[in-house]
Formats: sequence, C-alpha cells, structure tokens
Amino acid sequence: MPDRLKKLIELKNTKKHFSIDHRTVLKAVDGVTFDIYRGETFGLVGESGCGKTTVGRTLIRLYEATDGQIYFNGEDITSFKTAKKQKEFNRKIQMIFQDPYASLNPRMTVMDIISEGIDNHNLIRTKEERNERVHELLRLVGLNKSHANRYPHEFSGGQRQRIGIARALAVNPEFIIADEPISALDVSIQAQVINLLKKLQNELDLTYLFISHDLSVVKYISDRIGVMYLGGMVELASSEDVYAKPLHPYTQALLSAIPLADPELERTKEQVPIKGDIPSPINPPSGCRFRTRCPHAMDVCSKVVPTWREYEEGHWVACHLYNK
Amino acid sequence: MNKVLDVNGLKVTFKSFDGDVQAVRGLDFYLNEKETLAIVGESGSGKSVTSQSIMRLISSPPGIVEGSIMFEEKDLNEVSEKEMESIRGKEISMIFQDPMTSLNPTMRIGRQITEGLIKHQNMTKKEAFNRALQLLKLVGIPDSEERIHQYAHQFSGGMRQRVVIAIALACNPKILVADEPTTALDVTIQAQILELMKDLQQKTGTSIILITHDLGVVAKAASRVAVMYSGKIVETGTVDEIFYEPKHPYTWGLLGSMPKLDGSKELLNAIPGTPPDLANPPKGCPFVTRCPYAMNICEERNPEYTTISDTHKSACWLQERLAPDVEPPQDIFIRREDHAR
Repeated sequence: MPDRLKKLIELKNTKKHFSIDHRTVLKAVDGVTFDIYRGETFGLVGESGCGKTTVGRTLIRLYEATDGQIYFNGEDITSFKTAKKQKEFNRKIQMIFQDPYASLNPRMTVMDIISEGIDNHNLIRTKEERNERVHELLRLVGLNKSHANRYPHEFSGGQRQRIGIARALAVNPEFIIADEPISALDVSIQAQVINLLKKLQNELDLTYLFISHDLSVVKYISDRIGVMYLGGMVELASSEDVYAKPLHPYTQALLSAIPLADPELERTKEQVPIKGDIPSPINPPSGCRFRTRCPHAMDVCSKVVPTWREYEEGHWVACHLYNK
Repeated sequence: MNKVLDVNGLKVTFKSFDGDVQAVRGLDFYLNEKETLAIVGESGSGKSVTSQSIMRLISSPPGIVEGSIMFEEKDLNEVSEKEMESIRGKEISMIFQDPMTSLNPTMRIGRQITEGLIKHQNMTKKEAFNRALQLLKLVGIPDSEERIHQYAHQFSGGMRQRVVIAIALACNPKILVADEPTTALDVTIQAQILELMKDLQQKTGTSIILITHDLGVVAKAASRVAVMYSGKIVETGTVDEIFYEPKHPYTWGLLGSMPKLDGSKELLNAIPGTPPDLANPPKGCPFVTRCPYAMNICEERNPEYTTISDTHKSACWLQERLAPDVEPPQDIFIRREDHAR
C-alpha cells in the first residue's frame, strides 16, 4: 500500500511554455500542482494536447520547467548543485515509452540496450556480473536468457515493450514514468503488460506515474488519478472517487464518452453531451479553459480562472460549480 | 431480412519471399440491410484485408483473392475493373482509419466531396457544390459555407473524419465499410463520431461494416459481431450473444483482457502468448497454443462451426458433444450485474 505520509514527487505550480515564434507562446503546461506518494501509481489522463506527456517529460528533465518547483525526495530537481547529484537523480527516475518500435535502437542487441544504463552508472564491475544481471532482468519481465543476443526487430510489440521495461529497471530506479506504455499494443497483449507492471511494482517497491488517454486502463492500474485538460489539471482524486463521483464536468464527460463492453448498458446509458473540439493551446479560452465545451458554463467561467481547491478530503477540483 | 452482401469462402494470400502469407483463410459472412456488422480482432487477424478485398483494393500481385463476394447478384471478385469503378464510392464506400492521410492535402475539401458526385451521379459542378454543402451540414461541420473552401490541414482530427464521412456518404451508398474509423481520435470525439454514424445510418438506411479492435466501440455501435482470429471467424452472433453468451475461448479472453471501469484491482485475465505466424499457419485450431482449454484434437483438426442459434456460430471443439463442459471465466460477466445495480 502507498505510504500516505511520504511524498516522493511534489510539483508546485509547474509550468512549461514553448515559444513558437517571437510573439506566440504555447502554454503546454500552465501551472499544475500535485504530489505523488511513495509506492503509489499516479495516473494522468487527458485527451491529446492536454499536456500530460509534457508533465512527464518535465519531471524527468527532458524539458526544463519554465516556472514553478519540482521536488524529488524533498530536493529541488530544477537546480542540482553538482553533476554527481544530477546523475544520481537520473538513475532514480526512469521512463517507459509509448512506441516499442521507435524506442529501442535497432542496431543494438537486447543485452546492450538493457546494460547501457548499468554501464553508464558503473553499477557493475565485471562482465560476468553484467551478463547475469541482464539475464535476471529478462527473467523478471517474462523473457529468457536466449533473447539477450537478439536484435529488436526479432521481437513482437509486446516483447519489445518488455525489453523497454527491463531497460528502465536495470538501474534500480525508485520512480518510473510510463508514458502511454500500452497504447501501441493489442488488447490481449495490453493486459499482459499491465499485469507485468503491477507485479513489478509489488516486487520492487516502485512508484509509477502512468500517463494514458485511456481512462479505463488508468482507473484499473492507478491509486490516484489526475485529469488534465488543455495544460491544466481539472480534477484529482482516488481512482474510485474519480469513477464513482466525478466532480468536474470534463471528467463526467470523459467517463460517459468511454464506450463500455456492455451492449445493454450502451443502449440505455445517458450521455453527458460534450460538443466541439479542444481549443488551441496557443490561444486558450479566457477564464476556465473548458468553458467552451462545458454544458454548465456560467458567466463567471469566462472571466475568472477557477481556483484549484480541495473539495473533499483528497478530492481536488478546479471548477466554479464547487465554489462555496 | 435482405442480405446486401454475402461473402463465401473468402481467402486472401500474399506472395512473399518468405513463402505465402495466408492473411484470410476462408471467411463466410453476410451483411443484412440497415444493420451494422462489427468485425473485431487483433492486429494481423485479417480484418483490414477483408475490408480491402470487399472494395477490391488488394493489388495483385502480390495478393490473391479467392471466393465469392456477392453484391446485388454480382460477384465483386469477378466483375471487370470498369464495373468495379462504378460500384466503388457509389454503391460501396469506405472510411479509413487516419483522416489525415485519407484526405488529399492539396485539394480543397469541397472538391474532394464533389469529385464522386460529378463522376457517379452526373451532377453539374453547381449541383454537386450545393449537395456538398448539404452534406457538410449533415455531418455537423459548422460554418460550412466557409469550411468548404478550406484544406484538410485546417481541420481538427474529428472534423476531418466528419469530412471523410461526408465524402463516403455523398452518393448514398448501400454499404459503408468503416475501417477503424475512430481509432485515431480522442474518446470525446470518438463518441461524437459514433453518434453521428448511428444517426446517419437511421437517416440514409446504409448498412455498415465496422472494423475495430475495441470491444467498447462494438458494444456501442454494432448489431452483429464477427470475431476474427488469425484469418478466420472464430465466433459470430448478435452483440448480445457475443457479450453475454460467448462460446469461444478467444472471445472470453478478449472480454477478460479489458480493464473494467468499475471492476476490482485483481490481475487481468491476459491471454498468454502471441498469435500464430500466418506464413505457416497451424494445422489445427489457430488458437490452440494460447487456449487454456486446449485438447488433443485441437492440435490435429480445425473445428467446424457449431450452430448455437440462428445467428450464433462458434468454431471450437468445446462445442462438440463429447467435449468436457467448460464454463467461461465468470469475471468477464461481472460488469453487467454491477452496472444494473
């Protein structure tokens, strides 16, 4: 069970803006605040362009945050004093990518792919130990020793994703960012990879940030879920609460838009209407960003940005409907 | 009910240096008037190849299409290319997965819609233009007078797919083949597009073949389902039969692999292993290596279809009289009762 007291990651009003040209700025992430506790799986959902991937990449410092703070184990990751500290941080956070076809170097053997991190961080001295470690990792993710000397093209999508997972685990990380790790896989293979991720979390005491557009998968794997829309977080709660009592109209719409594998229910279920497309993040709507598609939009929504507040214990929402 | 399309013994083989790949290995199915038939399956199961052979889009070589595809007393596999041209886009039209690549980026939207109208219905440019405007309104594109002059890149993903649907419906086709029409879209947009397709089907009476890998989409949009696995239909039935009384272990596996929104946090019932290589298909049942209930005969002989009801058929040795009684895993049904509460 996640330790509610220990925060592993803290994001405080983190922003990431990209300049398009001299005048225009794309605010991919515009001030998100949340914590990730040790041992939990934090799910981040939202549609394309909502900034969920940018949050993940900013966390691992693939992008430099424009503003705000990010703490890992209480240390500010945006300004490490020494290279040694930076390297230690790099080891503790690892990433699993979406496309298992693009994220493995086709010219490296599985052995080299997995041990690259081990070598970089000088975790193992002798070649025998290194081989042994790679074999152990392969076993851990459900592959076997004989796979070590093959190249990525010899594997199926699900197997490649397992190699990507083994690579992430090679350096004994504490925290893993999984950015749409199963979107490119078939349903039956998706279930295999989800099960593997759950098993590894139990065995190795890992903390996950699970980024996906698929709310049913996120609901299944996560302890808590953050819902993002157009660069901001609109709701955050335990995964049961997000499903059972969604507060924000966007979360409600997102939930009702997921087609369930139950024809009878699909025939009878009421749809929360959601019109139109996501506006451009270069020129987002004033006030609440969701107001252009919101069925409950009021006057105040276009004028005032809703505050991020804790409506019930552990259930955060940014919406004017819940301003008491 | 009238059958608008009747496919019998469809086989598609691709010649390759590695030997012949049998992508589709003997399909029999039909499409009734005004219904939506969903073809579900994983990648490589042959669902897209099936749709392309209906449209006669498989180029030969390397593809070889055998069997009959009966449409209005014509075998689409036999008719001349010229005749096919008068059917394709007029009587049978297609929606593709990725709306960015199926629209021409250098041609205005209006011209792409009128193209078919002018070719198939002998409309003048002016008539076709007015009809295109009507169609854009029908598929729910706002400011259509302005939008009709724009290019594909000026539309969002959902709007592009609406344009593609407008093009497909321009000539009031009898059959619409939709190959993963919502896979590239976000869920809220997917819901809009599925609603739109349903709506238009009621207005125009088009029959739809919906190709998808998403069981949720099937439950929402289809009236009948064919489950494909490694080039064969392993089970077919009405949506209720497939979701509430599935008979084939592969269908059970598919239903069990889906995370449930309200479900427990136990491990998912993943199907172990991967599909067989179609360049070298197994002698017996193609699912045998992944099936938890596999028996000796499954490796030896491919099962015939067992008829369960008029609409429901399954190809599995478990349906045989002498086979042991196997109950499907119960947790694939949980969701129904849970939602009823």
